[in-house]
Amino acid sequence: MKELAIRVENVSKEYRLGAIGGATLKGEIQSKLARLRKKEDPNLKIGEKVHGKNERFLALDDLSFDVEKGETIGILGHNGAGKSTILKLICRVTAPTKGNIYMNGRITSMLEVGTGFHPELTGRENVYLNGAILGMTKAEIDKKFDEIVEFSEVGQFIDTPVKRYSSGMKVKLAFSVASHLDSEIMIMDEVLAVGDVNFQNKCIARMKQVAEKEGRTILYVSHNMATVKSLCSRCIVLSAGKKIFEGSTEEAIAIYMKNDEFDNATFFDTSEAKRHPKCNKRHLLQNLQLLETETNKIEYGKKVPFRICWNSENDSERLRMKMVVNGIDATPVGVVFGGDLAHKKGMNSADYLLDTSYFVPGKYTVDMILYDEDDAGNVMFYDRTTVLRFTLEHSDESVKLKHWFKDWGNAVLPCVTKITEDK
Amino acid sequence: MAQQNWTTIVKSGNSAFDMDIKGLAKCKDLILLLVRRTFVAKYKQTVLGPAWAVIQPFFTTVVYSVFFGNIAGLGATGVPNFIFYLSGTIVWTLFAHCLTETSHTFTGNAGILGKVYFPRLVMPISTAISQYIAFFIQFAFMLCFMAYYLITDAGLAPNLLILMTPVILIQLAVLGMGFGMIISSLTTKYRDLAMVVGFGVSLWSYCSPVAYDMFSRSQLAPGSAIYYIYMLNPVTPAINLFRNAYLGCGEVDWLFYGISWVTTIAVAFIGALMFSKSEKTFMDTV
Repeated sequence: MKELAIRVENVSKEYRLGAIGGATLKGEIQSKLARLRKKEDPNLKIGEKVHGKNERFLALDDLSFDVEKGETIGILGHNGAGKSTILKLICRVTAPTKGNIYMNGRITSMLEVGTGFHPELTGRENVYLNGAILGMTKAEIDKKFDEIVEFSEVGQFIDTPVKRYSSGMKVKLAFSVASHLDSEIMIMDEVLAVGDVNFQNKCIARMKQVAEKEGRTILYVSHNMATVKSLCSRCIVLSAGKKIFEGSTEEAIAIYMKNDEFDNATFFDTSEAKRHPKCNKRHLLQNLQLLETETNKIEYGKKVPFRICWNSENDSERLRMKMVVNGIDATPVGVVFGGDLAHKKGMNSADYLLDTSYFVPGKYTVDMILYDEDDAGNVMFYDRTTVLRFTLEHSDESVKLKHWFKDWGNAVLPCVTKITEDK
Repeated sequence: MAQQNWTTIVKSGNSAFDMDIKGLAKCKDLILLLVRRTFVAKYKQTVLGPAWAVIQPFFTTVVYSVFFGNIAGLGATGVPNFIFYLSGTIVWTLFAHCLTETSHTFTGNAGILGKVYFPRLVMPISTAISQYIAFFIQFAFMLCFMAYYLITDAGLAPNLLILMTPVILIQLAVLGMGFGMIISSLTTKYRDLAMVVGFGVSLWSYCSPVAYDMFSRSQLAPGSAIYYIYMLNPVTPAINLFRNAYLGCGEVDWLFYGISWVTTIAVAFIGALMFSKSEKTFMDTV
């Protein structure tokens, strides 16, 4: 059993809904008095129940988990799932309603960037102030100061008031301070949402270094699945204050993205599926069927035929098809133009061939779009919905590669061919 | 499972007696840096800089001397009006600023406090220390005028009570912080109090012998009916003691000075309890 850094034990956090208290002292006293005398609260709005249970909201509901020392753990969940609440409890910004949290080591939180930056102070002064707020002593900051400034890339401006910094510069400086702290546990919430790409990569590299080489524990919350994937060794998925999954990052992301239905289906009924709101639904996709395969797990490089069926209200309009292929983190991989669809009024079908050699092995979803565009370039959307999920697997025979690397992206591009001269 | 050592345990519920004194001791550098921040940020981009700390009480004193001292005739007996008002103003300012600045602790710093944990008492303490710095600048300014009046033999009689200076200064800051912490804790829920602070403090100054000499008023002089109520104001005996020590004017009523200390300790105690009770969950309501 490894040493633990954090143990969260049956933690609940309750918030009161609506305005808290009577919002004024007088209102509060009136309500309190009324409750004492068992009379109706004069400050209740008409129809409101007298302090019923529905006034309470459980942001966290009996949550428990352990984090091992040196682990980088991601916390995933949709807005309102309780991610930020649990981080707030762990860094002691607010107290849990029930349950206990045990921690081993100092904690640095980077819940939002620039915590405690004072606009009037210079970068140098703010590094010291911010470091102290995050729990460092002056001597510790002295020791790390040069390292912090060098990492932040704002050395030239270190004696300029922070109010004249660009937002990117502030973020860089804030991240540098926080990531150079000697704390055992780091908490990060969406910190990498700002800053340019180079700096984001640098941050991720730094965090990896922090986690792997320095043995620190990181709790990471982000909606950016790419960074979660490259950073976290394990993830917890929260939903409505409860833990719904704890385990490998890949699976957690799939659950978070609601892509847990990577079943073995080859027939996808889309007649009842959710549509893109801009569609006028004059031509509606009914289903998609993968042919010549028994599952939607497809071997890399295989060409898979599939058939789409759609319902048309008329036969007078021109109809075109395109597909957007999305990766597991919902980032589009690319678009495929399917050309014109011949159709008559009523049910129609068409067969296509999907060449999987353009995709890196992994899980994908495909959105299909029925549309038309006139000569002026105006687009008419008939339908857009997710029609297909598939998993692309690879074996060593089909590709002469043992590993696909995450940072290769999701597409295999056929755009370079060797020029051979006949001589 | 192996024996696990925990350095921090966060428990549910918020007991008021659960103060993080140990953590506070570790925050020495943070307190100093916050003091520096307050001070540096206040005078950044001003031409006169810390001179403003002196200019404000100087003009207040001039206005008091002209309007209350000369026109209304509420001035001091035996000592020059100017030094009388200056001494009262700087002592009052120390108290009033400790109170108002502390009362903004939770609402004004919600940004920082909502993101990182450090013992929340760091905030009021650093506020008080920065008020002391401003006070000592003003105090030095007052000593210059005292020297002038002593040379010109204007009736000043500084005495050994000067040794009480640290006691007075600590009392005023603690009292201001105490009230400030009570208000700060309550304003996390009830913003009404934030409205009261501004004019409440200025009304309070008129209930204290800042802009007039209580001993030259027969209505307020010792023995009068209102005197016993008036002296319950914890700031009054402290101001009287300060003036008596440096200027030699007025009287010191040790009984009421003792009562004022009792009030101070009570207020500070209640303030600290309320503060530590609300610090854990104030982010949910602020």
